Amino acid sequence: MRRRALPGFGLSLGVTLAYLGLLVVIPLSTVVLKTAELPAGELWATVTSSRALASYALSLGASLVAASIDLVFGLVIAWVLVRYRFPGRRIVDALVDLPFALPTAVAGIALTATWSPHGLFGRVLPLAYSRAGVVVALVFIGLPFAVRSVQPVLEALDPRLEEAAATLGATRVQTFRRVVLPALRPALVTGFALAFARGLGEYGSVVFISGNMPMKTEITPLLIMTKLEQFDYAGATALALVILAASFAILIAVNGLAWRGKKRVRPPAAQVVR
Amino acid sequence: MRRLLIGIALGFMALFVVVPLATVFASAFRDGISAYVHALGDSEARSAIKLTLLVAAIAVPCNVVFGLAAAWAITRFQFPGKRVLVTVIDLPFAVSPVIAGMLFVLLFGARGWFPGSHIVFAVPGIVMVTTFVTVPFVARELIPALEARGPAQELAALTLGASPWQTFWRVTLPNVKLSLVYGAILCTARAVGEFGAVSVVSGHIRGETNTVPLHVEILYNDFHYQAAFAVATVLVWIALATLVIEQALRWRMRRRR
Repeated sequence: MRRRALPGFGLSLGVTLAYLGLLVVIPLSTVVLKTAELPAGELWATVTSSRALASYALSLGASLVAASIDLVFGLVIAWVLVRYRFPGRRIVDALVDLPFALPTAVAGIALTATWSPHGLFGRVLPLAYSRAGVVVALVFIGLPFAVRSVQPVLEALDPRLEEAAATLGATRVQTFRRVVLPALRPALVTGFALAFARGLGEYGSVVFISGNMPMKTEITPLLIMTKLEQFDYAGATALALVILAASFAILIAVNGLAWRGKKRVRPPAAQVVR
Repeated sequence: MRRLLIGIALGFMALFVVVPLATVFASAFRDGISAYVHALGDSEARSAIKLTLLVAAIAVPCNVVFGLAAAWAITRFQFPGKRVLVTVIDLPFAVSPVIAGMLFVLLFGARGWFPGSHIVFAVPGIVMVTTFVTVPFVARELIPALEARGPAQELAALTLGASPWQTFWRVTLPNVKLSLVYGAILCTARAVGEFGAVSVVSGHIRGETNTVPLHVEILYNDFHYQAAFAVATVLVWIALATLVIEQALRWRMRRRR
């Protein structure tokens, strides 16, 4: 191994590995080992019970719908924040991060109070205590992921490219589709995937607004919680494995995309000239 | 076009962020200021606030020390398995909070690997899961910050005869101060507000293992809505303070560049 010019390699790597090993790797390995203790038949029965299947359908479906809504409105919000100057812009910019900073339980009761039949919006459109309520909570939770993935890329995108497209006779729609959208695509995919992954595991904000009816508005994390409260650790572990597998697959896909994106980075001008 | 897009953005933010936030305050002050003060002065609310502060006071420094060590090892040295290590640091973000709590019940619960240890359904368990869910925050801010600086200044300090620790305190730390504070602020916000994971391991013993978010849930489920929202405003104030500090730090970081 080559001589290291800087000190502290052993200490810093040692602390890092010990900390991650004790706090992250050992706890996570319990899931795999606990699952291995289960008879395969029982494991399969738990994972494919009708209640579990209904919860996957809701968790996946609501997360997909919410991530799609965040994708569209996240792009609009990022666009407005980067390209336009208007009073209150910095406040809006700061508020985008509120779903990160606000505890999920508070988000849950706040959204429920707003969309329940007595709430400000719920009076007109009572979305709380239904599947739509789950989507509302997940849209809130996922919003910063969508906006913050797109915003820096949009900031780096030179507006002169769009001006060039316009002077060459492209319509606004053409400019957006041919110039802006291709540059933003990796960031949009990342934002969508992060919002989706966060939605799959989300618990705090959803339990208040969903109503938690088995087979109808019960998300998978809540079903895991129910099993834990009944001391059915084996069942909870089996369901956790399903959710973990889905989340890790998304994480790996996003990291892979980010890595590919980095490799392909070129100055924006070069892309157009080509 | 410009007006339409700004209108859509502001409308969406109002619908999903501003109105729910305003609802929290409206509900908290529904029965007047004295009811609000009364809800916050309640002994269970006060012990929940104390526990939450204690948990954050342990979890955040642990993750700051870890973040510094991890960022130093990753940005200043080449070693096999580095990319795996970076992914492992991010893992807690990909784990659902409920599952994070479950991991520690599986380890320390009655039928776990270390049964009889008074960790789960007690304060140590709450500290451990909170530390687990906040592992990535500081490291994630520090790694790009250290990467961007490069080792030149540190090498210069060492060449001029500074000891390794002098180099760390006088060169490395001042250089990444803002990123460190930024990461610590995000870490604190999450540590104070963590709900799902803490809910699994706390055991919900009032006055003993209740954090502020859990106390909000209990009040809400007992139909003490006004009190629930009053306690929730404490968390909202912390969240809003986080956003203000975040903006200020970002502005200073941008100016430095």
